Amino acid sequence: MDHIFFFYFAGVIAVTSLLVVALRNPVYSALALLIMFFHVAGLYVTLHAEFLAAVQIVVYAGAILVLYLFVVMLLNVKTEERYHDQLPVAGLLGVMLSTEVILLLIQSRTAAPASAVPVDTVIAPGNTELIGEVLYSTYLFPFEVASLLLLVAMIGAIILAKKDIGEGAQ
Amino acid sequence: MTIGNTMAVPLSYYLILSAFVFLTGVVGVLIRRNLIVILLSVELMLNATNINFVAFSEYFHQVAGQVFVFFALTVAAAEVAVGLAIIIALHRAQSTIYVDELNLLKR
Repeated sequence: MDHIFFFYFAGVIAVTSLLVVALRNPVYSALALLIMFFHVAGLYVTLHAEFLAAVQIVVYAGAILVLYLFVVMLLNVKTEERYHDQLPVAGLLGVMLSTEVILLLIQSRTAAPASAVPVDTVIAPGNTELIGEVLYSTYLFPFEVASLLLLVAMIGAIILAKKDIGEGAQ
Repeated sequence: MTIGNTMAVPLSYYLILSAFVFLTGVVGVLIRRNLIVILLSVELMLNATNINFVAFSEYFHQVAGQVFVFFALTVAAAEVAVGLAIIIALHRAQSTIYVDELNLLKR
């Protein structure tokens, strides 16, 4: 049963990620990425990360992708008539990297260690409570840094996208 | 939620899936001319690493992997905001977002 779910989600993720790269129209690429985000969220549910699945849908599909679609439609981007000139070199690089990954996985198949790491907490509460507890205790400082990063990104985006900022002050 | 049970699907399947998605993103960054689609390919790569994080988190029974996905999400959101702002500014200045037509420094 787990295998059926995994192969469904993995198959859709693989096909839609190929479509994101292959489709010439950027709107279609963004919509293929939307389907991929939903299936990644489904994969998270099968991996017992239910809270992350919800966050994936809310943040990625709800916020990030809407922003992409806004910009695509704002700029009125036409369909690409051709790919970049470096397509043969990039294809060669992709083939080389995938062979490398396949070789690595074949080598590691013989020496895969068994999962013998102890459970993080003895009593396992819900996924959300567990994440919250770890996030606000062990990873409190990175959490604060992340909030600072978001603030900087917000200010930077406003300054970059605003028209003629600072010209009136001179 | 029983976090202690063994994974029914082997970890290597998740690694293969994530490697495939990551390589698709790498090739997409290299072969596309549209800057927006290049950013979408970067999102593909970030999602591939997130799949890896969550799979390892389940495999080693550590919730820290899922916390790192949060930080990856934060970075992705910041990257999208700044990246799309740069694209808008670029489109305003050069009226193109095709990377092979942006040759200001070559002229």
